[in-house]
Amino acid sequence: MIAALVAVSAALVWRRDGTSGVLDILTHDLSLFGGILPRVLAGCLLGAFISEILPHEKVSRSLGPKSGLKGLLIGTAFGAILPGGPFTAYPVASALLAVGADFGATIAMVVSWTLIGYGRAVAWEIPIMGTDFTLWRIVISLPLPVLAGALGRFVYVRLYPTPAAKDDET
Amino acid sequence: MSAALLIDILLWGSVYGVGLIAFRRGPQVFKASLREGSMDFINIVPRIALGVIGSGYIAAIIPQEVISGWLGPDSGWLGVAAAVIAGAATPGGPVIGFSIGTVALKSGGGVPQVVAYVVAWALFAFQRVILWEIPFMPARFVWFRCAVSVPFPFVAAAIAMMIGKP
Repeated sequence: MIAALVAVSAALVWRRDGTSGVLDILTHDLSLFGGILPRVLAGCLLGAFISEILPHEKVSRSLGPKSGLKGLLIGTAFGAILPGGPFTAYPVASALLAVGADFGATIAMVVSWTLIGYGRAVAWEIPIMGTDFTLWRIVISLPLPVLAGALGRFVYVRLYPTPAAKDDET
Repeated sequence: MSAALLIDILLWGSVYGVGLIAFRRGPQVFKASLREGSMDFINIVPRIALGVIGSGYIAAIIPQEVISGWLGPDSGWLGVAAAVIAGAATPGGPVIGFSIGTVALKSGGGVPQVVAYVVAWALFAFQRVILWEIPFMPARFVWFRCAVSVPFPFVAAAIAMMIGKP
């Protein structure tokens, strides 16, 4: 699906700008890809190590379905301090899910990473949008990860009434 | 550029740190997770290659003016709703998302609308979801997370309306 979308877009660029337009974008994106690759590797390694070294019982106690508000707050804090971009956040979130965190805490972590994580704010938002807007937006966003995690947990329990029993079977 | 370097250092520092902890648990643990991480990497690279190399083309055919036009000045809740859709539909990386936000702000877009736009972009930008989130996470989690996140750009806009401009 993405391949088709890319092919259509590339064809449209070619019709508008000719071959040089297509090549310009290709070289730019290739260099971007080259820059991202080592970070993707770092993210994958980080996720693998974390899922290996975190004690499962401890994670499911502090981030599992019964962890309450504290679990959501831990998820939020974890998402906010996690270094790197999507190449770290998603492998790590996936690792947390695998070792016993529930959807609520993981949602809190992912949302916190997208909204208050410092990586993107420092690298992109402050230079482009300005410090005032960025800080103000982050202050507004502070409660959102916890709310999203709470809503996620609330809905999840009602959608899948006995998730614990299902997990035990696998 | 220096910020990117700092983040790289932090990132590899964390990898080194958790790697060291794993190594202390025993070389077996270290080797197993090293192999697992490398396999994840090899599996993920083709999907990311397509997305990253292709995203430039997708961004090139969606004109930024169209998106910033949706964030009209003081367009109220309808504008917020348009901003949320625009945020989800914005292609490309953070440069494009934040640049559109800045253009909208400078050309008289409402502040709550721009906040809703930036928050919606952070939560749902379709390209990031397809490119990064779905390959790495269970698909069921991704759809669930997106569905649960829908109210929050509106909540952010409401807070922005209440507390006023920066």
